Amino acid sequence: MDTILALFIIIPFVGFVTSLLIPEKNEKLISGVAVFATGMQLFSTLVFLVYWVIAKFPTLNIKEQSIYQSGHYEFFIDLYFDKVTATYLLVGAILTFLIATYSQYYLHREKGYRRFFNTVLFFYLGYNITIFSGNFETLFIGWEILGVSSFLLIAFYRDRYLPVRNAFKVFSIYRLGDIGMILAMWMSHHLWHHNITFAELNNYDMVDHTLNEHLYLSVLISFMILLSAAVKSAQFPFTSWLPRAMEGPTPSSAIFYSSLSVHIGVFVLLRTFSFWEHLVGIRVLIGLLGLATSIAATFSGRVQSSIKSQVAYSSAAQIGIIFIEVALGLETLALIHFASNAFLRSYQLLVSPSVVTYLIREKFFNYMPSTPKQDPAWLTKIKYSLYVFSVREWHLDSFMFRFLWNPFKKLGRLFSFFNIKIALGLLPIYAAGIFFYHNQQYLSAWVLSMLPTTFAMIGFLMILRAFVERKNPVNSWWLVVFSHFWIALAVLYNELFDYSHTAIYLSGVVVSAIVGYVSLRYLLKREPGTDLNGFYGHSYEYEKLSGVFLLSCLGLAGFPITTTFLGEDLLYSHIQIDQFFLALFVSMSFIFSGLALIRMYARLFLGPHVKTYHQVGHRSS
Amino acid sequence: MKTSFRFDEDVTIHKLRHYLPEQAPLKDFIHHNTLHAFQHEPFEQAIRKASKIFGFKTSLNLAEYRALYQEQKISKPLLERVITSEKGTQAAVQWIQKCTEQEYDASISKLTGRLRKYWKSHYHIDLDTIVHTNLFRILNSYLDQGIAVVTFPVENGGLLSALRTIEKNTYFSFFKTKRAKNLLFDDSVNIYALLQMLVGDESYFEQYLIDQQFAHPGWSGMVSVVEDHPQFLLEHKNITLTDVIHLELLLEIDNLDQTLGKKWQPLATVVQEPAIDVLNPGPLTELDEVLNLWQAAYEWSYYDEVLGGIKHRNQSHAKTSTPSFQAFFCIDDRECSIRRYIEQIDHNCTTYGTPGFFGIDTYYQPENGKFHTKICPAPVKPKHLIKEVSTVRLAERDVHFSKSTHGLLRSSLISQTLGFWSALKLSVNIFKPSLSPATTYSFRHMDKLSSLTIENKSPSHMQDGLQVGYTVDEMTNRVEAVLKSTGLVANFAPLVYMFGHGASSVNNTHYAGYDCGACSGRPGSVNARAFSFMANHSMVRQNLVTRGIAIPTETEFVGALHDTTRDEVMFYDEQTLSPANAKLHALNLGVFEQALDLNAKERSRRFMSINTELSAKKVHEAVKLRSVSLFEPRPELNHATNTLCIIGRRSLNGQLFLDRRAFLNSYDYRVDPDGKFLLGILNAAAPVCGGINLEYYFSRVDNEKLGAGSKLPHNVMGLLGVANGFDGDLRTGLPLQMIEVHDPLRLMVIVEHYPEVVLNTIKTNPATYEWFDKNWVMLAVENPDTKEILVFRNGEFLPYEPLATEFKVVKDATDLAETTSENLPVYEIQ
Repeated sequence: MDTILALFIIIPFVGFVTSLLIPEKNEKLISGVAVFATGMQLFSTLVFLVYWVIAKFPTLNIKEQSIYQSGHYEFFIDLYFDKVTATYLLVGAILTFLIATYSQYYLHREKGYRRFFNTVLFFYLGYNITIFSGNFETLFIGWEILGVSSFLLIAFYRDRYLPVRNAFKVFSIYRLGDIGMILAMWMSHHLWHHNITFAELNNYDMVDHTLNEHLYLSVLISFMILLSAAVKSAQFPFTSWLPRAMEGPTPSSAIFYSSLSVHIGVFVLLRTFSFWEHLVGIRVLIGLLGLATSIAATFSGRVQSSIKSQVAYSSAAQIGIIFIEVALGLETLALIHFASNAFLRSYQLLVSPSVVTYLIREKFFNYMPSTPKQDPAWLTKIKYSLYVFSVREWHLDSFMFRFLWNPFKKLGRLFSFFNIKIALGLLPIYAAGIFFYHNQQYLSAWVLSMLPTTFAMIGFLMILRAFVERKNPVNSWWLVVFSHFWIALAVLYNELFDYSHTAIYLSGVVVSAIVGYVSLRYLLKREPGTDLNGFYGHSYEYEKLSGVFLLSCLGLAGFPITTTFLGEDLLYSHIQIDQFFLALFVSMSFIFSGLALIRMYARLFLGPHVKTYHQVGHRSS
Repeated sequence: MKTSFRFDEDVTIHKLRHYLPEQAPLKDFIHHNTLHAFQHEPFEQAIRKASKIFGFKTSLNLAEYRALYQEQKISKPLLERVITSEKGTQAAVQWIQKCTEQEYDASISKLTGRLRKYWKSHYHIDLDTIVHTNLFRILNSYLDQGIAVVTFPVENGGLLSALRTIEKNTYFSFFKTKRAKNLLFDDSVNIYALLQMLVGDESYFEQYLIDQQFAHPGWSGMVSVVEDHPQFLLEHKNITLTDVIHLELLLEIDNLDQTLGKKWQPLATVVQEPAIDVLNPGPLTELDEVLNLWQAAYEWSYYDEVLGGIKHRNQSHAKTSTPSFQAFFCIDDRECSIRRYIEQIDHNCTTYGTPGFFGIDTYYQPENGKFHTKICPAPVKPKHLIKEVSTVRLAERDVHFSKSTHGLLRSSLISQTLGFWSALKLSVNIFKPSLSPATTYSFRHMDKLSSLTIENKSPSHMQDGLQVGYTVDEMTNRVEAVLKSTGLVANFAPLVYMFGHGASSVNNTHYAGYDCGACSGRPGSVNARAFSFMANHSMVRQNLVTRGIAIPTETEFVGALHDTTRDEVMFYDEQTLSPANAKLHALNLGVFEQALDLNAKERSRRFMSINTELSAKKVHEAVKLRSVSLFEPRPELNHATNTLCIIGRRSLNGQLFLDRRAFLNSYDYRVDPDGKFLLGILNAAAPVCGGINLEYYFSRVDNEKLGAGSKLPHNVMGLLGVANGFDGDLRTGLPLQMIEVHDPLRLMVIVEHYPEVVLNTIKTNPATYEWFDKNWVMLAVENPDTKEILVFRNGEFLPYEPLATEFKVVKDATDLAETTSENLPVYEIQ
């Protein structure tokens, strides 16, 4: 029975790959593949679920494929199936099939018809990997796909400014969730001394024993899981990304941002429930977070005067309540609530254009002029205050940028002198680093212990510098590439992480670096004057090139398409639990390299086209 | 260019409001000339000027024209003819080479935005992006017509005064810094003072404000429209553009203070170029002229075919006997094909076209309606009110639109349960769409079983300052006007149908644009029914005799509504028909039913989801299904491809297949020798048909800046308009899905009358004359005696000899429907 689980990954995967191969012009075939793949998935789901119910709801776990093994480190794909997966699978299959059928007609003649279905299927693949994942590594693969496909769906109208800006905004907040996930993975490597599967977490004795022994670490892990769940489910204080994600075609917003994607945080909590269920503090925190979200989102939602943001906030508020239900351990209720909320919000968003007819007709026949009420002064003041506060979305959007990203931007600008020449000038130090790696006896233990952190810091600074680069994309590119080398060097000093591991890590970097560099040179040669100070929208003329460059950015950012992804996980497993700063710098580099690269991609290839011989939208549209 | 730039607030605001988009809120959406601000200038100059000022793409670009030339959609002989007539024989060769071969830099640059870009280049601050989000949010909250659960807490009094009331009494603020907030309270601070802080040098003030407001033309335009027409909002709001500019300037100061602290100076101190008069760009370039030549050649490639078709039509069919029935339709281009089918099925009937409000200039109040709604052309100011009296007024509800789904606790229960219902509804809607409360359904405009208060029995019967119903004399005037202007003054059939029209759709924010334009974007059922009532009224008939129209007593008028999306018709007051007429009517129903099927089939050639090769009945069912399908962004194609307006007897165009591209206004020059009724027709046709045509034109050539872009990502803002996503500007113009099959050609009006009469007529009304004189609409006449065709150019009619002489013949147009989804040439109907 469990061998069949892989089918639910294979169907979306085959669908996605097939959809890539169909010529752009052939609308019927493109949507046909999407509808067939999602229909197949729905059909298989229904059959499988009947079988599963007859078998009395067994929990299934299957170690699918070992990708890499070295010592006690093993990277493997693990699939898991229980009630939670079943619910997410069914809701996802129904909604995606309905939306694919819907979009088949709705998207007719839209520029980017194929791109839309490609991205939807890619998203669906990520969704299924995530919900079937049996360990953190598998989960993270799905997680990363969800992040990138979300960016691409929000920026679907890539030749306008706002979708691109908002897509980047959402991506940058998602990136915070990624760091939570990475650190949780890193710490649990050290907690369990192997790549733990979710099935093992159900072993109460083992978990209980570990928790008692490593309480501090367990709390931290739970906290990181909560961070990534809160980010993905638009919980307080990250809620403001959700209404901003409503930039793509209505069906994609309906299915992803008001339903499937935004409930993934809940999934992660349910999936790891047995790990943190005995940590009362964490449960209280989850409950409080849910409560805060439901209050903040309800108030913000009630003053929204645009239909999609109203639905978005209502959805977030309900997810807040679902968080409370999860914290209380009411798994079944949470699952029902998830399914119902997902369907409701999808449908509300899909019919949102009808709101004009409906509400105007209602007003026409039922209008009652409001009589101004005389409130006492204090109440008026509270009402006004709440109104203003809610219209400004509790300042959550400005908060993210003032306190989270701006400090890093400022820091990066401090190092604006740090150019590619200086980076090259550091090569001798790099060589020395390698030399001392082989001859550690020359260095004192203290120096030796400081070296990894220092190297990682250099790498991080390079990334930050790349992140704020406004002029030369090539500089920015190489700085990101170099930083990977510095980080590799930093971790090289740790025992067991040898050249073969480094090779796994850097081989992906090198390939991506070269492909990306060649694409960049190609673009800059034909479009002199292109820099990173604005958006250039070159995908209008260089569609294929933009695809190649995106792939190399993803490769360089450690996306699961090259060995770097594996290398990264491997690398983390060799950062010791007491090397907090090293872990910090490596993680920050990871976050900001993704941001710097996607920013570069967005500025060069997305946004309003600089050439105005054709229709180009207003910046404010 | 001017040298002195003294700032006068009123003058500048007046200019801004002149140039801003003039689009009404969604429920009152009416087609109009997108570039109305430039209408006093010749089209060819105006569009190039608009392009230079605002960066609009105002025609196809060179590559697009050349591609059309390659595909022979622009014909070579006509290109040559156009160039020769514009540039003379000598220069023709050179200009042909310029048009077809020479390379030009086709980039469009604009004069607006040049001043304010210094904020970004000098201070590295993206002021627009920061300010817009907040500004749009405030405006949308203030103007919201019913989306938000909690509304703007201060009622009316104007935007600034409301903000002052709130800001005085709150712990939080829309502003981020103290200074801006204090400036809000300071009554001595006006726009001038704020501009001095922000810009400094007075000579830049006007340019600065133009830059600022045209960075978000959607919201500014909406404010300007609401300022002039507060009645467009059911929920009344006071707002002025002056207030909005004041607020935006404050927000700019606020954000500059917050981001830069004290480290900023008025913009004028860093600007390195002198102020320019952005509204007066330079003269036409050579590329402009080349594009204008292409546009003319493109248009004449089609006009020539039509004029040729008219010239060479078979003129032998002349009907003299009394027709089996007569049917009036709106002049709307969508009614062009249904008339053709009705005539094809019943050779003995006659159809007429006249603006679909049938002269009934009134407001309408449905049963239980809390408001009244205008159902005649937008510029008309009605003095009458027609009320619906009905025992049933079903207002179906749908909980998905209910605000209780957005609360916290109640919504929690709802979203725990309702969701499963939603899933079911969605599946049903995808696999078996049907009418729902969310659907805009034209037949709901008026209840079939209701009665209308059409006759005014006592002049004291007034409501809201409007007279309820019409007196006999008023009714007579209206009936006379329609009958005389269409030329139906004798030879009445036993049954005369008056078909109003409306449309049905779901998930369509621009639904008002699909209904009858002559009824201010409402279905025409009330008008058709009221007109029939008047024409059947015995006293009216008596009066009409004295005015030269004798309607036989056995003749009865029947009001009806044609749904152009679903191709359905509904008749009103059939029970009052005489037994003889009831019998005839029953026979005619078969004709209509068959015609509707065929019409649906012809329309279906444009719809990808329908297999046009199926039988007409089956295709018709599929067409109906589209109108209620949530996922169908094109329930019908509305006015797309409209290019012609033919004013004359049916014999002028009855034998031509015009592919639903023509507004058809029936008119008999013999009834109207001095052009009195023609003036009325042209006064309406030029702005209404011309407005529709130009809105389609501009939305088609620049769908991003002058149109609304794809409707797929649209988000409804305050029930007023649509924007992309969460923080975009309102989008004006038509969505991509409405215009993609439209060919951007100006309207050609063809009148059957003597050229000198037509010339005198159009000169009578300067506003109408401007449309023709400045080439926003083309005009041709056929001299009824000589059958010579003349074209209006530079104030006079010149003879025109069409190049097209041979036409393919078609017997049944539905055969063509199966062959192609492209625009079809002119055919002769056998």
